[in-house]
Amino acid sequence: MTPAVSISGLKKTYDTGTEALKGVDLAIEQGDFFALLGPNGAGKTTLIGILSGLVTKTGGSVEVFGTSIDADAPKAKTHIGLVPQEFNFNIFAKVIDIVVTQAGYYGMPRTEAIARAEELLKELGLWDKRNEPSQKLSGGMKRRLMIARGLVHAPKLLILDEPTAGVDVEMRLGMWEFLRKLNASGTTIILTTHYLEEAEDLCRNVAVINHGKILVHESMQGLLERHGKDKLENVYLELIRQK
Amino acid sequence: MTPQKIAIAYYTMLRAEFVRIIRIWSQTLLPPIVTTTLYFVVFGKFIGSQLAPIDGFEYIQFIVPGLIMMAIITSSYMNTVSTFYFAKWTRTLDEILVSPMPNWTVVVGFVSGGVLRGLLVGILVLIVSLFFTHLAVFNVVVLILAAVLTSVLFSLGGLINGVFAKGFDGISIVPTFVLTPLTYLGGIFYSIDQFSPFWQQVSMFNPILYMINAFRYGFLGISDINIWVCFGVLLGMLALFVGIILYLFRQGIGVKN
Repeated sequence: MTPAVSISGLKKTYDTGTEALKGVDLAIEQGDFFALLGPNGAGKTTLIGILSGLVTKTGGSVEVFGTSIDADAPKAKTHIGLVPQEFNFNIFAKVIDIVVTQAGYYGMPRTEAIARAEELLKELGLWDKRNEPSQKLSGGMKRRLMIARGLVHAPKLLILDEPTAGVDVEMRLGMWEFLRKLNASGTTIILTTHYLEEAEDLCRNVAVINHGKILVHESMQGLLERHGKDKLENVYLELIRQK
Repeated sequence: MTPQKIAIAYYTMLRAEFVRIIRIWSQTLLPPIVTTTLYFVVFGKFIGSQLAPIDGFEYIQFIVPGLIMMAIITSSYMNTVSTFYFAKWTRTLDEILVSPMPNWTVVVGFVSGGVLRGLLVGILVLIVSLFFTHLAVFNVVVLILAAVLTSVLFSLGGLINGVFAKGFDGISIVPTFVLTPLTYLGGIFYSIDQFSPFWQQVSMFNPILYMINAFRYGFLGISDINIWVCFGVLLGMLALFVGIILYLFRQGIGVKN
């Protein structure tokens, strides 16, 4: 089966001279729940930015469901839903308008977009807030709004960049449940997080990146067994400190 | 994306922009109306009534086309520069960049927003001007073409400015120190025939002079410059600006990263 994501020799050097990615190779299978871990500044967000078309790569190749981002970026983008780390919606816009507008950018007819937005907002517990300006939502609600927006065009791959940062425990567990169901329905998920128990609980495969290089890439279970540890946190710290 | 999906994406951008322009009408539509009304009163009525006609037209009739064009230029430019820079600053631009919309559609979407506001303001200023003077239309095709093409040109200019802007200062420097002087010296208030040959030659380097004269020709049938030359300059600048903005978007300069 074609991998959901296939990355080869990916490099990124910013204009400032910072080498964010130094030749990353990575393959993520379809249907996977994949954790991309690493300390701040490791290159996670740059990698996600290149995948989703927000950052221009310096070298290497990236394919999304077999489509090269160089050859046909628009087609590759139709497969991806992005939930970025920072809130980046129009704070003055109503909740439902944010989701419907995003669907429009993907070419979804307005009536279809409204129906899809209703479905997602109900599922994520935001339907009652649909006519509120987004700035009035709580932090957790804003995170869920970002997920609804990222899913509105029914992508085959959802990229979550620290989706539970600043979210309380109860809401986080609810989000985990939602993401599990989404993954079970066939959506491939890439998750970056600093909550390692979250990655351990949700993800089947994991890669750890630091200083722009992939340190390990294997199954969660295999990684724990190979290092003889019972917690991802212990393995992670060992890896980061070693390298 | 299929052509139909591209059309939906474009309509979505335009709709969002229209809603924004109308929602904050006191910032987007009202100021140019107030400013030009003051021009009509002060220059058109108080001072203009004491001046000799130009090419057979009362002074206020002579300046109205230029003032409408000034409002169109400023509104088109300010709309794209502020919308694009603000989207970049708040990162709401990412909503568009992660979508499969081709670059040219994104450019057309932003530019259409500028044109929409520019023409809306132009129509409103035109309506206000009718309270001060009588205006006939000499050539409606020239009039509409001059207004639309100029609006497109300055929307593109605003977008290029927005791409390069690195701060809020960056979006006000060009309008204040380049656009405003060029507009005021672009023949709104005078005919360059009143100048010495030297200053007439200097004025020819001001691109806004050609646009204002084309627009004035559409209303009054008079122009300091041959109308074909006016449209030649306008189309040449349009081609240049389109090339620049598509290059910037393709390379991601000032847009991505």
